[in-house]
Amino acid sequence: MTIHSLETVLADHPFFRELSEPHLDTLTGCTSNVVFPPGEFIFREGQPADRFFVVREGRVAVEVFVPNKGPVTIETVEGGEVLGWSWLFPPYRAHFDARAMNAVRALALDGTCLRTKCEKDPAFGYEITRRFTQVVVARLEATRMQLLDLYGRND
Amino acid sequence: MIRPGDFVVVEESELDSLLGALRERGHAVVGPTVRDGAIVLDLIERAADLPAGWTEEQDAGRYRLRRRDDGAMFGHALGPHSWKRWLHPPTLVRWRARRDNGGFSAEQPAAPPPKYAFLGVRPCELAAIAAQDRVFLGGPFVDPAYRGRREAAFLVAVQCASPGGTCFCASTGTGPRATGGFDLAMTEVVDPRRHSFVVEVGSERGAEVVAAASHRPATQADLEAAVAATAGAAARMGRALDTQGLREALYRRYEDPRWDEVGKRCLGCANCTMVCPTCFCATVEDATDLLGHSTERRRVWDSCFSQEFSYVHGGSVRTSAGARYRQWITHKLATWHDQFGVPGCVGCGRCITWCPVGIDITAEAGAVRPGDAEGSRP
Amino acid sequence: MAATTEPLGSLVGGADPMRPEPFEVRHVTKETGDTFTLELVSVGGSRLRPFQPGQFNMLYVFGVGEVPISISGDPATPEVLVHTIRAVGATTRAMQKLQKGAWVGVRGPFGTSWPVQQAHGQDVVLIAGGIGLAPIRPALYHILLHRALYGRVVLLYGARTPRDMLYAKELREWRSRFDVNVEVTVDRATMEWQGAVGVVTKMVQRSPFDPAATMAFICGPEVMIRYAALGLQQRGTPDSSVFVSMERNMKCAVGVCGHCQFGPFFVCKDGPVFRYDRIQRFFGMREV
Repeated sequence: MTIHSLETVLADHPFFRELSEPHLDTLTGCTSNVVFPPGEFIFREGQPADRFFVVREGRVAVEVFVPNKGPVTIETVEGGEVLGWSWLFPPYRAHFDARAMNAVRALALDGTCLRTKCEKDPAFGYEITRRFTQVVVARLEATRMQLLDLYGRND
Repeated sequence: MIRPGDFVVVEESELDSLLGALRERGHAVVGPTVRDGAIVLDLIERAADLPAGWTEEQDAGRYRLRRRDDGAMFGHALGPHSWKRWLHPPTLVRWRARRDNGGFSAEQPAAPPPKYAFLGVRPCELAAIAAQDRVFLGGPFVDPAYRGRREAAFLVAVQCASPGGTCFCASTGTGPRATGGFDLAMTEVVDPRRHSFVVEVGSERGAEVVAAASHRPATQADLEAAVAATAGAAARMGRALDTQGLREALYRRYEDPRWDEVGKRCLGCANCTMVCPTCFCATVEDATDLLGHSTERRRVWDSCFSQEFSYVHGGSVRTSAGARYRQWITHKLATWHDQFGVPGCVGCGRCITWCPVGIDITAEAGAVRPGDAEGSRP
Repeated sequence: MAATTEPLGSLVGGADPMRPEPFEVRHVTKETGDTFTLELVSVGGSRLRPFQPGQFNMLYVFGVGEVPISISGDPATPEVLVHTIRAVGATTRAMQKLQKGAWVGVRGPFGTSWPVQQAHGQDVVLIAGGIGLAPIRPALYHILLHRALYGRVVLLYGARTPRDMLYAKELREWRSRFDVNVEVTVDRATMEWQGAVGVVTKMVQRSPFDPAATMAFICGPEVMIRYAALGLQQRGTPDSSVFVSMERNMKCAVGVCGHCQFGPFFVCKDGPVFRYDRIQRFFGMREV
């Protein structure tokens, strides 16, 4: 029962749209449901972070701790978005803190499990990597826009 | 009884009577005259002030006066001035305001608009005046300063017999003969035996004025002489411009690298916009007296070639010279059509003559079309 | 020769569009660091100037200069003219120093407006960045006044930091309504900020509107407009349903000084509100 509903949730999620049935099956095997209460850290900078998250509900703050300043939120990730890409490449450690700003429900996908399956099935690996590349590109574009400081003195 | 459409003849020796008739009706006469090595437009008193026996050599970035071997008064083309100096003056006070008790009130100057008679308006210049009419009179906003001057102005056109080295009115369909838009149109007929003007009456006002001057009815021979005088003019243009599909070509070529090439030559000196008879861009200056008690809002000629022209907070939209040149030429030959329903360029060639580096609008326009050769001489 | 005063130009309300009429500052509100709002009322006899959401006035400070400023008040109450202004140049810095009772010259209103009538029966998405919320606010006022005529109403607002947000109190009020969906985001967060961080264009993807039956109004820096329009395209909203507000140098505001040209368009009279598909071609070009 649990596996079936997980699959539906995965299939419905924008990130996994148009994945084939067999690929969805493969994915489901690495997936679990997670919940984070407000204020809890989802991952910490420097710590092993061998999972990525598909946020279903709630808001996550991606933070950097700046000495003499405290935690600075550089971006927030909400329902429908993907959080974390440290699982893709060694050493599989997080580069930022991620903290639940409110009650967060997400799907957690296990990195080791996924990497194994990607090696065994290159077509599956390509589908996953392709989607992640899109996420990273979109984040980079958005970050560049933030850097432009468009609303500042020199619009 | 003279009527619009009639032809009369005014002898060269009687031209002063025409000027007199205009002055009696309150018009200050403006016409071509020689000054500072050029034929400029200025207030003139007598026919003797006109540039009899003078013509010009004009080419890209070149203007020289040259003597003719006859005494023709309008045997030249165009100098740096155009009639917009009088219809759309370089500086105009829009209103004045005085401060009182922390507040202020703005009042328009009450003086009536000046009344001019323009003597020697070329067909291309009539087209230019018509183009500016669309800008200042044809939109939802009617400019009162322009309207006052325009309605009062009496136009004496002169049909062109001696086109200049940079002229291309034949390409833009704005000359060398005018068929309307004038009060009077003169064709100068000069040979060893005679020197007279065959005058076409273009309006009631024109009929009334020429009736008060020394004139005689035109004979068939006069009319034939007039036609002959300007007969070959269309074939003697210094330049040509292929206007077929030009607007579309310019719209397609907004991002053509050629504009950067022109930009390397263009100094941004704005000569072209000052001498162009259709350019109308102006800025607004607020000038206060030293004590800050009264202020004037002035409208002053401006140019899209200046860096500040497109300034919005943070910087100018068009900083590169290439972008500013593109703006000007695209406005003149393409977007003007869509804005005002008439062409923006009348083929007068002044921008070619007065560009210090000799940028030629006909060459640049020709170059945006694939397959066209450099330069566009006929 | 009879003395004649020069005939008046003709425009909205019959006022001479070239001469400013005096208005008095009734109230000054400091919004953020360099942004403030002036409330203007007419000085004995100056005419009421009804306006459409999206239009602008030319505001004049005696002896200093004149600038175009969007009207950011409620079109239903034109007896008070509200302008939110950023101090970036000589004239706007002079305006920043004005106090209650000072006089400001007003010409206008000028320009095209947000198509609030055309949007009847559809969802409306308002996307604003920075001070771009000021020209959008009159549209929102109008829509809320006639709420039943519209489908979903969404406001997406992006500011630099939480301290740079305009109309913070009103934003909270709108947010607390059940019939308006308000999402606010900042480029950089402060310690206390518990809201979204990131570009406003990102929010377009997740916003609850029907792309096929939506009109979008966008106002902000041109870069932001480009990406917001792209986001709407990706959602499936046609460019003909997207309207943007543009800004250019203006001196006359009536289409005769030539300064505000954007391709073939005069921003003062063909804009400032443009239908995006009509200007899209020029929007993507440099230095136009």
